[in-house]
Formats: sequence, structure tokens, C-alpha cells
Amino acid sequence: MVEIGQFSLVLAFALSLVQSVAPALGARLSDERLMAVGRPAAIAGFAFTALAFAILLWAHVVSDFSVLNVWENSHSLKPMLYKVTGAWGSHEGSMLLWVLILTLFGMMVALFGANLPDTLKANVIAVQGWIGAAFFLFILTTSNPFTRLDPAPIEGQDLNPVLQDVGLAVHPPLLYLGYVGFSVCFSFAVAALIDGRIDAAWARWVRPWTLAAWLFLTGGITMGSYWAYYELGWGGFWFWDPVENASFMPWLAGTALLHSALVMEKRAALKIWTVLLAILTFSLSLLGTFLVRSGVLTSVHAFATDPGRGIFILCILAFFIGGSLALFAWRAGSLAPGGLFQPVSREGALVLNNLFLTTAAATVLVGTLYPLLVEAIGADKISVGAPFFNLTFGPVILPLICVVPFGPLLAWKRGDLAAVAQRLAAAFAAALVVVLSILLFVDKSAVFAALGCGLAVWLVFGALTDLWVKAGFGAQPAAIAARRLAGLPMSMFGTTAAHMGLGLTLLGIVSTVAFQQERIVTLKPGEATEVGGYTLRYEGLTPAKGANYDEQRGTFAILRADGRAAGSVMSSKRLYTTRQMPTTEAGIRTMGFSQLYVSLGDETDDGGIVVRAWWKPLVTLIWLGGLVMMAGGVLSLCDRRLRVGAPARRRVRAAQAAGEAAG
Amino acid sequence: MTRKQKRLSVITAAAVFLAAAAGLTLYALGQKASYFYMPADLQAASLAPGQRIRLGGLVEEGSIVRGQGATVGFAVTDHQNSVKVTYTGILPDLFREDQGVITEGAFGPDGVFVADSVLAKHDENYMPKEVAEGLKEKGVWQPDEGAAKTQ
Repeated sequence: MVEIGQFSLVLAFALSLVQSVAPALGARLSDERLMAVGRPAAIAGFAFTALAFAILLWAHVVSDFSVLNVWENSHSLKPMLYKVTGAWGSHEGSMLLWVLILTLFGMMVALFGANLPDTLKANVIAVQGWIGAAFFLFILTTSNPFTRLDPAPIEGQDLNPVLQDVGLAVHPPLLYLGYVGFSVCFSFAVAALIDGRIDAAWARWVRPWTLAAWLFLTGGITMGSYWAYYELGWGGFWFWDPVENASFMPWLAGTALLHSALVMEKRAALKIWTVLLAILTFSLSLLGTFLVRSGVLTSVHAFATDPGRGIFILCILAFFIGGSLALFAWRAGSLAPGGLFQPVSREGALVLNNLFLTTAAATVLVGTLYPLLVEAIGADKISVGAPFFNLTFGPVILPLICVVPFGPLLAWKRGDLAAVAQRLAAAFAAALVVVLSILLFVDKSAVFAALGCGLAVWLVFGALTDLWVKAGFGAQPAAIAARRLAGLPMSMFGTTAAHMGLGLTLLGIVSTVAFQQERIVTLKPGEATEVGGYTLRYEGLTPAKGANYDEQRGTFAILRADGRAAGSVMSSKRLYTTRQMPTTEAGIRTMGFSQLYVSLGDETDDGGIVVRAWWKPLVTLIWLGGLVMMAGGVLSLCDRRLRVGAPARRRVRAAQAAGEAAG
Repeated sequence: MTRKQKRLSVITAAAVFLAAAAGLTLYALGQKASYFYMPADLQAASLAPGQRIRLGGLVEEGSIVRGQGATVGFAVTDHQNSVKVTYTGILPDLFREDQGVITEGAFGPDGVFVADSVLAKHDENYMPKEVAEGLKEKGVWQPDEGAAKTQ
């Protein structure tokens, strides 16, 4: 049975080779039959990869310990959910998930690309095939999930307890959908460079893919951040860990791509830049895969320490990034420049957005790679952490956040800054009120925190102002404006939601960082500590038993300032018996948008226990903001313009005919 | 403005911004990067008072002292030199005697290293890479503490 998985993988690799060569050759020779090979190859490639993945899942579900991967990462007593998610909890399994998603996207291009010009579609499918072939080869030679063990052991070694969480069911698949989703944008960019032709319609095809990939990546990062927050027990939501940065860099570049593709679609400007950005975004995704999978980093995510794997991925990285950039350097000149615009205009604002976002991505890149480079040349071992990123990323991204509300309100081509400023007066006033009330009523000295909260409010109200103005509230009777509001394109609601989500995330971050309270105390049963206006009374430890672990549960009663009870919170220390590995499960109680967070430490000799308790005001907004951003992405994807889609087939044909006549 | 002038002004503005960002990055790398030391390296290193470093090694056997409340004292060793460390907070789950650990912080005036974060390995097969390499260089590496999953 497991051998069938192995065979399917080999077949999928062979199909990816066909997919790499035939359509591209067809496009070159204008041979329609060769180009048509791409579609069935992509579909069959996905089918065989899906079969291989299904067989790995099955091996994990039935705990087939004759498979090395299952033995290393599973245990017969492990709950069923973690048996299923454990299939991608290891290096081999997660790479298989990576190619599964890659072939899924390749198939979707083949299926839904009916209104693409034939040569563009053939080239896109071929480039997807190249990426697929490289990664299939990587899996088959260095990370085969189907390697057998003989004799088969009776019991497995269990999955790393940190990964035994629902988070594993959601975080990696979402993140990979994002990473790999950008491969489609990359393939489109490379195909356009091969074709030597690019126009507004290209941007219209690429935008939904970018949106979808961005949407998933946003979800993956948000989910990963929350997972780290509640699972690791340190109470932090972002650590500037290299592996987090690895997912954050493509997000920044992808966000920039989302905005520049908009300019290209609407105004046919920024073409060359958009193509470059599409290449860079996926390059950063590949870099992320390399950093996480090669073992050059020490992190919760890096399970692989086999140097062969690292070198292999580095070769893939060098081939695709180097190759595409070389192609870009060679062909970019042949792409016609686009429309003109004044510096103060929607285009100008989006250029500013791109400048800031790519610079921000570059600072993160430097901070992530610098320690690796220093170590590689044999100098010191250094680490670059939050202090570096606060000093560089902060000043780059803050000015951008200040000007976000202006962007959507400026007109295309030539905007009127004074008029826009006037319209934003209400949002500015709201932000000012928030700043002043924090300074007056909360904390006189918290100037930066007050400004940060004001900035967040400015973003939220600025985004709403956009809808308000576009519906014509104020200029028209309310009834008419309301009707116009309902008739606005979905993508406008998408923009508003995404920008509001950013504001909410910012509010959550500022309020948590500035106003959180922390207590580290030793408590004996019956003793209490006070944090964030609540009293936590330690009730003592009780032993309990889980499926594959033993735990000590520490319960705390929560009392309000006036002494009324407000429920309880439980934190526990677990020992996973197979691996003899202890973990701490944080106790979290949500109150409105804020949370009480309790984490247990060691027991002391006199019967007490070390307790670390936080009051984290508005902390949930950090992740809710991410969800609102995702909602914005979904709204934009639902826009009729994108759904009915790319320009009508007729026009494409006409353009093609014109192109052929010209060529 | 002509197309050329416009493009030039945009490029100039972008270049100024990028230069500022690059300057900031270089400054921050100089100021905010923290260096990694093993205890034996410290004598050779000339540390400015209060300079943040990362100190890695093994938790010395028998050195863990639970002090007042949540403050813990222990020593980090590489079997050549040993450094006293204090830390207030919750130690990682896998913090044990004779295991690899990385602490981050600065030396206090009394020569005791005050850590504000302590990282231990995150599963039973794993040791922080810097520590493993440092121990190999010092010749006190025991393969059974392997960084790789060896079964």
C-alpha cells in the first residue's frame, strides 16, 4: 500500500517533467497540440500527488510503524486529530503537503485559465511544472516520506508535544497555501517575460491569485502568531524569530504586489516593477522554505538537520531566483512602459506604499540573513532580535501607516491632497480625541502608546471615511447615499476592511505592549496575586491524565476588584510519557477583547509554585485584525469584476490576432 | 515637468528614503545585535558595562539555587570556565542540569550575569546549535547529546 504512494510520487515527478517541457516547447513553436499537453499533465500530476498524500495520511491514521516517517512522528495512543495532522508535522510530510498545494494550483490554472491567451497559459503551466519537478526531485532524493523500516517497531516515538495542537491542523496548510499561491504569480511573471508581452489584462489575471495567496498567508501568519502565544507559554505574540520573518517577508512583498497590480490593472503603469515584485515575492517564499527546511536556523520549526537537504534547497533557490532575475534583466527592457501620473495621485500613493513595504521587507531580510552571513564567513556568532527590528522596521513602516487613509481617497492620475485632507478631518479628530483621552485619563507619561493608539484609530476611521465619501454621505441625501453605498463594488469594501484590520491589529499590539501588566510570584494554595484589576487566587495542583501524557493542573479563581467571582482559569504542566518531554499549557481567560494569561513554573520546596501572570489589554485585536484583513481579501475576491473575470474572451482573441499580425 | 524629470525626482526621493533606511539598518546592526559567547570566551572578550550578549553552555550540575520568590540562580559552564547567572521568571520546560542552554542579558556590576531570557532545547533530541558547536570546539562534546535525531 505504502509503495503505491511511492510510485504515485515518482509518476507525479515524471508528469511534472512533461508539464515542464511540452507546453513551453509548444508555445515556442506555436504548436497547439503540444501546448494542450499541459492541461492533462497538470491535472494528472495533482491526482497522483493527492494519492500519495492520501496514502501518507492513511499510514498515519492506522499507525503503520513500518513506515519510518510514521514511527518517528506518531504513537498509537495519540488522539486521532493529531494522527491526521501529524502527517504534515514532520519535514517529509510537510514537503509533500507543499507539492500537493503546488500541483493543486497548477491544476487550477489549467482548469480555470480558459480565457487566458494560449501561449501565456502554456508558459504559466510549464513554469509551474519546473517548480514542481525541482521539489518532487527534492522529496524523492532527500526526504522520502515512504521509507520503510524493517523489522517494523511495535510502538512509535510520538509527535513533538509542542505540535500536538489544533494549530498544526490549520497553521501549516494556510501558510503553504500562501507561500505556494505566490508561485502562480511568479509563473505568470516568468511567462510574461518569455512571451515578451504584458498588459493590463495580465494584471487582472494575476490579481485574484495574488489576493488568494495573500489571504491565506495572512491567515497562516495570524494563526501561527496565536498558536505561539498560547502554546509556548511565554505570552508573546511575535518574537522576530527568523522563521517568523521567513513568512513575514513574502507577506510584505505580497502586500506590495497586491497594490502594484492594482495600478497596473487600472492604469497600465508600473508593469516592469510589478513583474519584478511577483518574482521577488515568490523568491522570498522559496527563501522562507529554505530557511525553515534546511536546518540553518535553530528554531521550533527546523526539524531537518541533514546538510544534504539544505544544499539541495539552496540549489533550487539559486536556480529559480537567479534564473528569473536573469530573465528579468534580459527581457524587462522589451516590455513597453505604461501610463503617466502625477506624484500626488492614487498611483503615486501606491508607489509610496510599494517603496515602504519593500524597504520594510528588505530590513527584515537583512536582520534575518546577517547573522547567518556573519557566521558563514567564520566571524562571530551574533543574534539579531527585537531591538534591531524595533529600530529599523518600526521607522520604515510607521510613516506608511500614517498615510494609508489618504491612498484610497486620492483620484487616479492627479489627486487633490488638500481636498482629501479636508475629508479626513473627522478621522483625524477621532484619533486626536483618543490620544488626548489616553494621556489625560490613563497615563500621562505614555506618549508613544497614546500616539500609537491614535494612529490605529486614524486607520480605522480613515478606512471608513473612504466608504462614507464614495457613497456620497454629506453631499447627498442620506437615503440616496445609502443606496449608493449598497451599490459600491465589493472590492471597495475589501479595501476598507483590510485597512481597518490593519488598524485593529495595530491597536492590539500597541495596547498590549504598552499597557500589559506582568506578575512573577511564588504562590502557595490559597494565596493570591493581583494583576490588571483582577485577583488570582491559587487553588492548588490536581493531577490528571490525558491520552498520551500526565499533567498537573493548577487552578486559579478570578475575583474582580469588588470581590465578586469572575470564573476561573487553569494552567497545567504536562509530561508526554513517550518522549519524557514536559510542556506548559498556559491558562487563558478572555474578557471582552482582553485576556488574563497564566503560566506555571517550577514547584518550590515549601509547597508553593512559581506563577507568571499577565493582564493583556485588547490583545485579541491583534489576531481579530488579521481576520478582518482576511475578510477584506475575501470581499475583494468576490468582486464581480474579478469573478466575471478578465476581459471578455472576444477581446483577448482580438488582441491575440493583433499580436500575431504584428509579430 | 517632463516625463524624464518626473521619473528622476521619484527616483531621487526613493533613493534618499532607501539611503536613510540603509543607514538606520547599519546603525541598528552595530548597536542592537547581540554576540554569542561561551564562558571560556569571556576572558578574551572586552565587554562594555551593560552590553547585551548571549551566553551559552551547559547548566552546571548542582548549581541551581532557588532564591527569593521566582528568582533562580545557576551557573553556565563549558567545563573550562563557569559563569553565575540569575534569572527571574519561569524557566523553560526543558531546563535541566547538564543540558544546553542559551541565556540573554548583560553582566551586572557584581560580575553576575543577569539574564532576561533563557532558552533551552525544545525537544529531547535537540541542543541549541551554537552551544553544540561551541562545545565541539572546546572538545567537550558528547555525541549522545546529539543535535541531530539519531536513532
